Amino acid sequence: MLILECPYCGVVADETDLHGGGEAHLKRFGPGSSDEDFQTYLFHRANPKGVHFERWRHVSGCGKWFHAARNTMTLEVYGTYSAQTYEPPKAIINAVIKKHPEWEGYK
Amino acid sequence: MRRYSAFAIAREAARYHQGWERAWASPKPKKKYDVVIVGAGGHGLATAFYLGKNFGITNVAIIEKGWLGGGNTGRNTTIIRSNYLQDPSAAIYEKARSLYETMSQDLNYNVMFSPRGVMMLAQTESEVRGYERTAHANALQGVTTEFISPQRVKELVPIMNIDGPRYPVLGALWQARAGTARHDAVAWGYARACSDMGMDIIQKCEVTGVRQANGVVTGVDTTHGQIDCDKLAMLVAGNASHLADMAGFRLPMESVALQALVSEPIKPCIDVVVMANTVHGYMSQSDKGELVIGGGTDGFNNYTQRGSFHHVEETVRALVETFPIISRLKMLRQWGGIVDVTGDRSPIIGKTPLGNCFINCGWGTGGFKSIPGSGWAMAETVAKGEPGALAGAFGLNRFTEGRFIDESVAAGVAH
Repeated sequence: MLILECPYCGVVADETDLHGGGEAHLKRFGPGSSDEDFQTYLFHRANPKGVHFERWRHVSGCGKWFHAARNTMTLEVYGTYSAQTYEPPKAIINAVIKKHPEWEGYK
Repeated sequence: MRRYSAFAIAREAARYHQGWERAWASPKPKKKYDVVIVGAGGHGLATAFYLGKNFGITNVAIIEKGWLGGGNTGRNTTIIRSNYLQDPSAAIYEKARSLYETMSQDLNYNVMFSPRGVMMLAQTESEVRGYERTAHANALQGVTTEFISPQRVKELVPIMNIDGPRYPVLGALWQARAGTARHDAVAWGYARACSDMGMDIIQKCEVTGVRQANGVVTGVDTTHGQIDCDKLAMLVAGNASHLADMAGFRLPMESVALQALVSEPIKPCIDVVVMANTVHGYMSQSDKGELVIGGGTDGFNNYTQRGSFHHVEETVRALVETFPIISRLKMLRQWGGIVDVTGDRSPIIGKTPLGNCFINCGWGTGGFKSIPGSGWAMAETVAKGEPGALAGAFGLNRFTEGRFIDESVAAGVAH
């Protein structure tokens, strides 16, 4: 069972109380952008084998969207953090590097 | 290749079964092939088979990081049906279903195709409308399906409780010519036929890089060294994004775990496949007597080939509600596979941004049923360099053009 701590209300919730929202930190493209950019924003996903930054919503709790850093090969969770950011915070990056020094870094 | 036949069984029985030859060879890779296919699952092997059979291209290697048919080909619930709503889907799945009918003869390998009928239960008013619409669409597409009454459902499946308190059965979409086949035999049969045509099946050989020059593919790096090729075909299901990353492009796809489980074997009690999409469960009975049960996908990216336990609980709960007699059955095994899900829940077949590199992926939760049709369409795409009539609508460009094949109604959960 996947367990994440909601960074807003502090509740440690398991996945039945949460809803996954896919890749985090997507760069948004709207009207006026090129077809290619719009397609990339709407459909293309990183889908890595390994460290993945993603969105989650605490649906059966406070209802807020937050972000999590998780490994898709081992299912380990490196940490959760606020959705009010454009990229993963330093503390989360350090937590990943501590476990996986060979990690190529956030792209 | 020595043909399998009743005579061969008698001959071998007379000499203590000492004379059976290996079904396929395990050669060392050559330096170069006309076509290298990555992924020796059903789709990869079917592509190789139809490249040889339909286009005479036999200088082909099929490379596989694990063992042959050990991915999703060996992990599905073996359901074959073609009752899809959209025309391009119905065409390719119906092609696949019709090829399954003659596959045992075509491959000289018993794939145990059993056209026992597939029933998709309608348990809400919107499902009734949806399946009636699908039945009408199928009539226009030449796919034989019908919408049947709850009484007919009860006749076909006497163990079903059609008056459940939560979701009574209001009817069902019934495809009598759909059914099941032995999943491993499909992979083994294709592998034997491909090996017989002189193709090389190389197992335990993982691709570590894709070589290219001037925007055209030239080969792959593998754990068995460099293998050059004129054309590269990627058919790696859940690992498609990972392989595409090596080739330098991204895909509109996410990989998630899908689970299945089987019960202890019991006497024959259900001779059709039942799918209940509203309550999230589907079930059929194998020839060994086990009830084969399919569950749901997890809602997050995952490459671990195991899923969350609560999905098993939800699935079993739904099926106990639908089939009360199974309530005291023990479950024997549970497993997971990594499925590649696209934005519109339809597959991708066609060219990639890299020259002479072709991709076939995104079958999501419904890959097994499509194996022969997918291989047929992919072989044409690889041989001619352009997708043909079957594959045409499934190109990567449909996401740029907004030309989706929206099967989320049909493929959201159950296959």
